Amino acid sequence: MDDVIDVQKVSKVYASERGPVHAIDRFSMKVREGDFVAIVGPSGCGKTTLLWGLTGLHPFNGGRAYILGEEVNKPRKEVGIIFQQSNLLPWRNIYQNVSFPLEIMKENVAEHEERIKELLDGVELTGFENHFPRELSGGMQQRVSIVRALSYDPKILLMDEPFGALDAYTRDEMDTLLLGIWKKTQKTIAFVTHRIEEAVYLANKVYVMTPRPGTNSAVFDIDLPRPRPEGITMEQKYFEIVAEIKRRIVKDVEKQKEEGVYQSQAYSTVT
Amino acid sequence: MDAYDKQLEEEIPDFEEHAPGKHGAFDISATVSSVKIHGWKQVSGILAVAIVILGGLELLIRLFHVPEFVFPAPSATFKALVTSFPNNYPHFLITLGELVAGYVVGASIGLVLAAVLTQVPYLEKVITPYILLLICTPTLALVPLLMLKLGFNIWPRIIAVSLASGPMVMINSVTGFRRTDLAKIALAKSYGATTFQIFRKIRFPLALPMIIVGLLVGGIFGLITAVGSDMVGGKMGLGNKISYYSSLARMAHFFAIIILVAIIGISIWILFSRVGKKWASWTE
Ligand SMILES: Nc1ncnc2c1ncn2[C@@H]1O[C@H](COP(=O)(O)OP(=O)(O)OP(=O)(O)O)[C@@H](O)[C@H]1O
Ligand SMILES: [Mg+2]
Repeated sequence: MDDVIDVQKVSKVYASERGPVHAIDRFSMKVREGDFVAIVGPSGCGKTTLLWGLTGLHPFNGGRAYILGEEVNKPRKEVGIIFQQSNLLPWRNIYQNVSFPLEIMKENVAEHEERIKELLDGVELTGFENHFPRELSGGMQQRVSIVRALSYDPKILLMDEPFGALDAYTRDEMDTLLLGIWKKTQKTIAFVTHRIEEAVYLANKVYVMTPRPGTNSAVFDIDLPRPRPEGITMEQKYFEIVAEIKRRIVKDVEKQKEEGVYQSQAYSTVT
Repeated sequence: MDAYDKQLEEEIPDFEEHAPGKHGAFDISATVSSVKIHGWKQVSGILAVAIVILGGLELLIRLFHVPEFVFPAPSATFKALVTSFPNNYPHFLITLGELVAGYVVGASIGLVLAAVLTQVPYLEKVITPYILLLICTPTLALVPLLMLKLGFNIWPRIIAVSLASGPMVMINSVTGFRRTDLAKIALAKSYGATTFQIFRKIRFPLALPMIIVGLLVGGIFGLITAVGSDMVGGKMGLGNKISYYSSLARMAHFFAIIILVAIIGISIWILFSRVGKKWASWTE
């Protein structure tokens, strides 16, 4: 059993005032242990819905999803989630924020102190333990949320455009930081983004979803050296992969338009 | 299974930052940050204003020989405050006792009701009109009735105080508890939090700024009601003394009582602005 995440033809239909919205339609995906998989697709194609489905908080209404061989039906300790906004608790300082999951799991936080300090050090936040979230920049807050997700040492990280709200420069820094964490901790990561460049830089494998309803369009194996060499994002090979995926997405949209099934993303209020 | 499971099934929370305590009927910042007195410059400024006003008043009253029953000189009021204190002290304690007893009962019931009702939207909708009714009807109006039934003792007053302060605490706490942030609840749930953990670690801290505002406003309403009930009947309490001295036109003594009442009110304000500063300063 080395498929840590196994998604089998999941679907999700939202009941909205304007009638049912098909967000995902029979999407399948497999992620192996230690793998870094990215999921890309046009806005509103159901990427966020897919990830929330995997958290067990927001169940699919068709198909099956397995995490570590068990069907997903509730949140699990083996899964850490990181979303677009850091979602820190403003009344807790940084240390209390990152130990929040441990507290909920009734762990003795003091026993984990050293590890938490190490994790904070890994994202260059040593010395900020007693600061409050409002005193930190967006990038720092997002690093706190990464440490929070790592605090209980989950095997799997689910990330939904975690750096989407950051400026371009900070975003690139965070990507590099994330690769470092991935290499060191050997987590299995499923990473949603709409930036193809980011997906190709980070992942071993990129799943492309069609426009809504999100179905499987293509899977790309990213054949770039690990660890990613400096300046890889300036190289011909990298550009070619990015272009190929972009062409694929454009084609999916064109195809839907030809068939007259393309829906404008008027519903797309959720990001 | 609680309500948030259901809600999370239907919608993915947005992560827009909510600023709890910033948009209610009452704003916590009014209690925690409006008056920050520090530095001798500010203190001496405030004292100077007091001296000018009191001194000016004293001067005018002496200059024009204003009789006491029209307006007492500050010095006369101060003298009355000191000399009649042994007399007024028992009444001070009685009013304070009415306030504390009624408030503790009313505020606790209000707080618990708010926490429970906001969990059950249907109940909340059914009960809220009655709470609003209690808020809009001055409970003082009920005191004569209560006194007819229970006598001119302390009980009708305690009941009146709790009826005045409880709904105030409740309505503000409800506003606080209703401000649930689905993204933060989802966060706790993703770590497997129980309903009680979510209440204790997310919903309560989120509501706390508004709860503190409710406790403050409830305290002030309780004080008004305690003093008012004293006036209605019986022979005790600061309110009773207010009517007594004013009927005799002994205005210096009258003002001495007003000062005692004000001391209680200011203490309530100081208490809760301290509490707010400690527990709700993150909303600033
Ligand atoms: N609660 C809801 N009710 C109705 N429709 C919804 C609801 N949540 C999401 N949708 C719709 O489902 C589709 C998929 O939404 P989702 O947020 O998963 O897309 P996404 O791929 O994450 O988009 P983006 O790239 O903009 O983040 C969208 O069209 C959206 O409008
Ligand atoms: Mg999204």
